[in-house]
Formats: sequence, C-alpha cells, structure tokens
Amino acid sequence: MKALVFERSVARLVAARAAGTWRPGGGARFGALRLEEVDPPARPGADWRRITPILAGICGSDLSTVDGKSSRYFEPIVSFPFVPGHEVVARLDAEDAPTAGIGAGARVVVEPVLGCAARGIVPMCDDCSDGHTGNCRHVAFGHIQPGLQTGFCADTGGGWSGGMVAHDSQIHAVPDSFSDEDAVMVEPTACGVHAALAAGPVSDSTVVVLGAGTLGLTVVAALRRLALPGHLIVAAKHPVQRQWATELGADEVVDPGGVARAVRRRTRSLAAGRVLTGGADVVVDCVGSADSVEQAVAVTRPRGRVVLAGMPGAVRLDLTPLWHKEVQLAGAYAYGTETAPGRPDRGGPRTFALAFEVVEAARLGRLVGARYPLERYAEAMAHAADAGRRGTVKVVFDPTARTRPTWRTA
Amino acid sequence: MSPRPGYVLEVDRSTPATLMWHGEGFHLERLPAGRSRVVYPPEPLEPLSDPDGAVRHALENPVGDSAPLSALLRPGMRLTIAFDDVSLPLPPMRAPDVRQRVIEAVLDAAATAGVDDVMLVAALALHRRMTESELRHALGNRIYDAFAPHGLLTQHDAEDPDNLVHLGLTDAGEDVEINKRAATSDLLVYVNINLVAMDGGHKSVATGLASYRSLRHHHNVRTMVHSRSFMDQEHSELHSANWRMGRLIAASGVKVFQIETTLNTDTFPEPFGFLSRREWEWTIRDRAAFLASSRALERTPDRFRRSILHGIRAPMGLTSVQAGEVEAVHALTTANVYRQQLVAVEGQSDILTMGLPYICPYNVNSIMNPILVMCLGLGYFFNLYRGKPLVRPGGVVILSHPTPWAFDPVFHPSYIDFFEQVLADTTDPLEIEAKYEEAFATDPWYIHLYRTGHAYHGVHPFYMWYWGAHALDHVGKVIIVGGDQAAVRRLGFKPASTMRDALEMAEDVVGRDPSVVHIHNPPILMADVS
Repeated sequence: MKALVFERSVARLVAARAAGTWRPGGGARFGALRLEEVDPPARPGADWRRITPILAGICGSDLSTVDGKSSRYFEPIVSFPFVPGHEVVARLDAEDAPTAGIGAGARVVVEPVLGCAARGIVPMCDDCSDGHTGNCRHVAFGHIQPGLQTGFCADTGGGWSGGMVAHDSQIHAVPDSFSDEDAVMVEPTACGVHAALAAGPVSDSTVVVLGAGTLGLTVVAALRRLALPGHLIVAAKHPVQRQWATELGADEVVDPGGVARAVRRRTRSLAAGRVLTGGADVVVDCVGSADSVEQAVAVTRPRGRVVLAGMPGAVRLDLTPLWHKEVQLAGAYAYGTETAPGRPDRGGPRTFALAFEVVEAARLGRLVGARYPLERYAEAMAHAADAGRRGTVKVVFDPTARTRPTWRTA
Repeated sequence: MSPRPGYVLEVDRSTPATLMWHGEGFHLERLPAGRSRVVYPPEPLEPLSDPDGAVRHALENPVGDSAPLSALLRPGMRLTIAFDDVSLPLPPMRAPDVRQRVIEAVLDAAATAGVDDVMLVAALALHRRMTESELRHALGNRIYDAFAPHGLLTQHDAEDPDNLVHLGLTDAGEDVEINKRAATSDLLVYVNINLVAMDGGHKSVATGLASYRSLRHHHNVRTMVHSRSFMDQEHSELHSANWRMGRLIAASGVKVFQIETTLNTDTFPEPFGFLSRREWEWTIRDRAAFLASSRALERTPDRFRRSILHGIRAPMGLTSVQAGEVEAVHALTTANVYRQQLVAVEGQSDILTMGLPYICPYNVNSIMNPILVMCLGLGYFFNLYRGKPLVRPGGVVILSHPTPWAFDPVFHPSYIDFFEQVLADTTDPLEIEAKYEEAFATDPWYIHLYRTGHAYHGVHPFYMWYWGAHALDHVGKVIIVGGDQAAVRRLGFKPASTMRDALEMAEDVVGRDPSVVHIHNPPILMADVS
C-alpha cells in the first residue's frame, strides 16, 4: 500500500528545516517525508483493528514535524519510521471482527492518544485511570513502540496511508448523519474542546482566542457551545478566518495587531505604555509562538489565565508580566475527560463525545477546504502551511484518491 | 481690477489637464472631453486695507440688538473670551492670525474699561487640545505670555463635570450643557474665523463650548442625513439644532458678544501659487513650479514632506469683520462667505470627482488617516453645495487620495480602534451609531487622553463618519483613486489605480458616457447648484 513515511535522518531534517524556514511547508519537498510502497502494519494484539483511512487531516504539529521544527522534547516519545496522520476518519476492515458495538465496515474516528489501554499496560497510570488519557505517563512503554499518538508511532501506521491499525479504546463510531468531512474534524475539535474547557468557568468573562486556524476556530466553536463566555474576542489574520470566527460565535474579530486595543476597550482599562490596568480573564493561545504567548500574557488581567493550546516548541520569552500580574499559564494538550458547565462534575464526559456534539452543532465539516491525494503531498503541505492566506482552513489527504485536488473555498 | 467670480469650465479636447490634489502631492489629470465640467473657485477678494481698524470699528459699531463692546465692559466684571481652535483656518494663516488681531483689540478695550477678571478659552468642543506653539501662533506671543503662565489661557474640557453647567432643555428636548466659566461670566466674547458657511452663529458657543451630552443631540446620523447641506443654513438640521440651543443659551442669561471674521481664499503662498490659478493661465514659471514641486514632493520622505506641507502658512486676508448680536452678525458673515465662495452651477452630474489635499480640519500637523479622507471627501467637499448636490442621486463620487493605512496615535487614538474594529464590522452609519458610539464616547482611556494629552475625544471618529452620512445616503458608489487598497476597502469603497479606471468602474453604476463634474478645491468654493 502507499504511505507517506517519515524517517529519522539528520541530513533530511536539516534540509527540511532550511526549506521550511524559507517557505513554510517546504520541508515536505526536501525533507524526511517520502511516499513509499509499504506493508500494512501488523495488528499488535487481538484488541487492535485494521482500518482504512478515508480522510486524514494535516495538523499544525504535522507541519512542524515535516519542516523539522518540532521540539526535541518529543524524541524519546516517538518512534521511527512513522506514518503521520492522527486526524483520521477511516473504515473498519470488512472482514475484521466487530468491536464495542461497531460493525465491520463501519466508519470510525480514531482517538489517537496511545495510552495505557492501547499499550496493554496493567495497571494503568493514574491519569489513564481517571480518564485523562492525554496525560498518560506510559507513552514510551508497553508492547508497542514509543509514540504519544497514532501518527507518531512506528507500529500503528497513520492516516496518511492506505491502511493502519487502531486499538479498540481508540475507536469511535461515526453517526450516519456525519459527512466524511465532519468526521475528520472530530479529532481537531476534541483538541479545541479540551483547550476551551481548560479555560475554566467563563460565563461572565472576557475571553480572547489568539489565532483562527483550525485549532482556534474549533476553540471558538467549543467555547460558544460548551462554555458560553461573556464576551469572546478572536484574533484572526486572514479574511476567511475572520469570516469563520464570526460565524462560529466570536463577538468581536480583530486583526492580531489589534488585540490589545480590543481588550483594553472591552475591559475599559487604561494603558501605561503597553501595560493595561485590566485585561481579559482568559486568553487561549492557539498559535504557540513567542510573540503570541507574550501577547497573551500582556492582554490578560492580573491573576487571569492563559491557556497554551498551540504547540509552542522552543521559544524565548520575557515572563516579567506573567510574574508581576500573577497570570496562570496552563498547557492544553489533546483530550481525555472534561469538566464542563451543565455536566456531571465526576466522571464527566469524554472529550471526544463533546467533540462529536460540537462538530454536529457547528457543522464543522465545512472547514475542510481542500483534499489532496497522497501523491501530491508536497503541494498539500505547502497549501496547509499557507491555508489562511489561500482562503482555506483545513487541508486533508484523501488516501483513496488518485485525482487532482478537489477545491472548495470556505 | 476686481477679482473674477467662480467659473464652470466645459472640458473639450483643447482643455489643458486639470490639477488634482492627491494627499501630500498633486498631479495633472485629463477628464473626458465633451462631458466634463470643472468648477473653479472665485478669485480671492481684495482684503481690507486696515484690518485692525476694521476690527476696532466692528467692536464699537455692533449689529443687531447689542451695545458697543466698550459699553458692555465695566470694572469688576467677569469677562471670558472664547476663540476658534486649531481646526481653523486651513491651512493655518500667516501671522498675525486674525484671532490675535481681534483678541488684542478686545483686551485693549477691556483694559481701558478696567476689567481685570479675564479668561481666554479655546473652544475645542471634542477636538484635541492645542499645543503651545499652536496657541502662540493663533494668539501671538504677547497674549500667550500674558495669560498662559497665570492659568488664564484655558482649553475647554468637555469632560470636566466641575466646569460644565446644564442650562436646560430646548423645545426639542436637547440638553444644553456648556463651559461653566463662559456661562457664568458677565460677558462672553466669542471670536470666530468663518472659513465656510457652516462656521459661526449659535454653533460657536452651542458646539464649541459644549459637552458630549449636549453635542450628541445634533452630531448624529439623523441630523446629518437631514442637513442638505450642512453648509446651507436654510436646509441644515445641524444649523437648526444649534440655533435652538443658542437661543436657549441666550434665554438663560448668558450674554454673548459675537465677533465673526471672513477671510479671502488667498490660500497658497509662492511658490505654490499655481495651485490657486486656472491651468490654461499658467505661466512658464507656474509650469516649472508645478513640475519641480510635484516631483520633489514625490521623492521626499513621508515625514519631511508632511512637515513641508503643514508648514505652509496661507497669505489669507481679512475681508470682513462684524460684531454684536449672534444672529445679526451671522447673517452678514454668511453673505460675506458666499460672496467669496459661491459659484453658480447648472444641474447635477452623474459623477463628482475631487482631489483631496493633505489637510482637513482635524489633521493639522498630523496624518490624514482614512477616516479623515472619508470625512473630507464625503463630509466637507460633498456638502459644499447649496440647492442640490453636484452629483445626482445614485451617482458616483471619485476621490483622489493615497488613503494610507496610517494613524497618529497621539492625536487620533480612538480612530485606530474605530478603523480596525468598528469599520471591520460595519460601515453603516446608523448601525455604527447604535452599536458602538456609547462605548467609545464613555471609554475612560480616551477621556483621559482627551483631557490630559492631545487626543481627539473617543467619539470623534464617529462624528467624522456621520459627517459623510448624507453623501453615503445619496450616492451609489464611492471610488478612491490611488489609495491603499486594503484601507479603501475597509472604508467600504472601491479602489482604482487611475482616474481612467475609476471612470470606467463608475459606468457600471451610472451607465455609459456619464457626465462628470470636478470641483477644483482648494481654494474653497461652494457650488450653488440649480
């Protein structure tokens, strides 16, 4: 079968980094990603299923990996060579046994975290036991190779291929009412849900979302449907992002350079130079750059909260405002079990269950703007890296396609 | 030889190209032959030969129901002298400024009468505070040095509750709240520069010394849409509202001695004199000056170019001065403004073109930001008519201006938010007014900057947008030639690279071979459209 394979190669990573710096997404053409003919991955155990990807999204973390810009923090918790692709809607193999009430041949979405259950680790770590699988402490252990998620593990394969495997604990049935585009948006939406709920109670709060790519927009959709912030300001760079942010529930959409002014005005603060006397209660940073983190802290009120949802990498920051204003800086990675307004405090809903709700309510499949066959991966990566400017939000691979890309403007 | 009146030129194939302002530069533009007209302003009237004598004569020979100034002055009284701010005249006039001439004469009279409680107030309304150099230019060093060090040269603060007084409501339910010092003085002398027909009259005190609470009753979309035009007193709701307020002020016992002055349109000094002359009469020296100055300005860095242009001092001369009771004074003033500026124009056109210069009332010594471009074009220039607009209903207005996405953060902080946040949401004046005005008007940061810095009030960009509401309501399309495309689109207008492109784009709205009228302004003219 065809698969896009990412190999460990210092020379190629250097080339990818250079190309990615020159032109974001350019690492696909010169780096460690190759289209190859490979054998389908073997099932690591009886509770694993063979699935055939229908659509697989390109995520910001994928772009960082392909452009050689991911943090070295990940090195011990990924295994090479791996097939990327963790935003996956797939079909269970027809001859595979049914699992958890999902019939053979059904469409499924993969919850990619490879926690204790998938790794066959007994007893499970405390976080997995509590449902916080994203915080699993065993992602480098167990009977499969290291990999924090499907798409970064040599044993499981990934969505950018003609076939992969998934553990029963990772599989979610897709309702018939969902299009394939809706389904492929479930995983990124789960990240958005998790980040939105990491903001805490925000019903009377001013909340700012920095960035309006896929992650930012799913955070907006999740906030509007699950957390109901008092006033939601979104920083969006491109017209298509502004349009979607408004449609998904932002009260105010501003250019990135206008965030401080919007927050100052909304909170009726004064300003001494760049220091506001007030600020937003919560800022969700969906960019993850040094500039965005500094901006997030700058516009957060004293004792407010910054949720870091965008993958940051190594950044250089002036943390004086964070120290002076006693701002809380919290990470938000992946998914697990959530505490949400109007939901039980204990044994709360799974993030993926909420993500299905949000995708359906907001019809987030509409964010999928371009589909590429695997063969055109370099173009796909370049498009994904430049999606906003090109009027697109989400770019996906269609591993079954051999045609020219189908284009749908948002 | 008496100055020639205004002139409407029918453009034909032999007509030389027309000079068109383009922000901090200008160029020559050919308008379509056989269907274009250019409206030229009258030549500058002869100035009064003895302006100081004319001022003294006006003070002692008032019009309307008023005693001479000297008879109104007595020892022990409180005298307040209010004066127009930096927004007038345009460009700033050569020293001595007419305000200096008039106020020196008033102070001489006050000193002769033994009045020693005298305070000067710059009538800012919601404009920015003037800088020391601007005050020195307007008043002269002698006045500035006599009053400023003692705190007796003040600038009206529309956000100082301790220095405002509410005089009541007009018959139309409008709050009248003005400067307390002015309202509680035994005599308020207001010194006007009446650059256009809208200036002066009851507007001087009712607007210049008022608070937001008062101003919002007429600085709003409804008033502007019903002021056709706001330069024409007979058909201006803005004028009517100010008159209602002014009469209430008078009925409240505030004694106003109004002094109004008119200037001729001698706008540009040499070597920029060609800007005021008709192109077919340009001499070789004019052509050389045009070429040299237009090319030099193109090649000059932004900041330096701006300082050159804002350093221009107009050689304007005083053409009339009248003093006394407000309405009687203003009737004479209006006639004098019309005498200088009115040009008879027959019929409307499909397209109105304008070249917008580098300056408007609200960017003296500063940047003409996109909101001010809109205000100058669709507010001021469009409304410089009596009778009917120069462009027919549903027609097209074409503005020529670079419209940079640039703002002065000191003078125009709320403009930045207005442009980046309000206009990004909507350009509809009514929606803007309903959704955003109050939050900007009461924003404590803007109020702080207005009161302590040199910032226009937070609500000011809204007023600029409302100023163009009548035009937006009247025309079918607005095109800006040579503007920053993103900024032009943010304004809700269409960008065009050249005048030719703009005229072609306009045909989509007004049909083929449309009629075109261009106003050759500045120097200021007012079209009397039949």
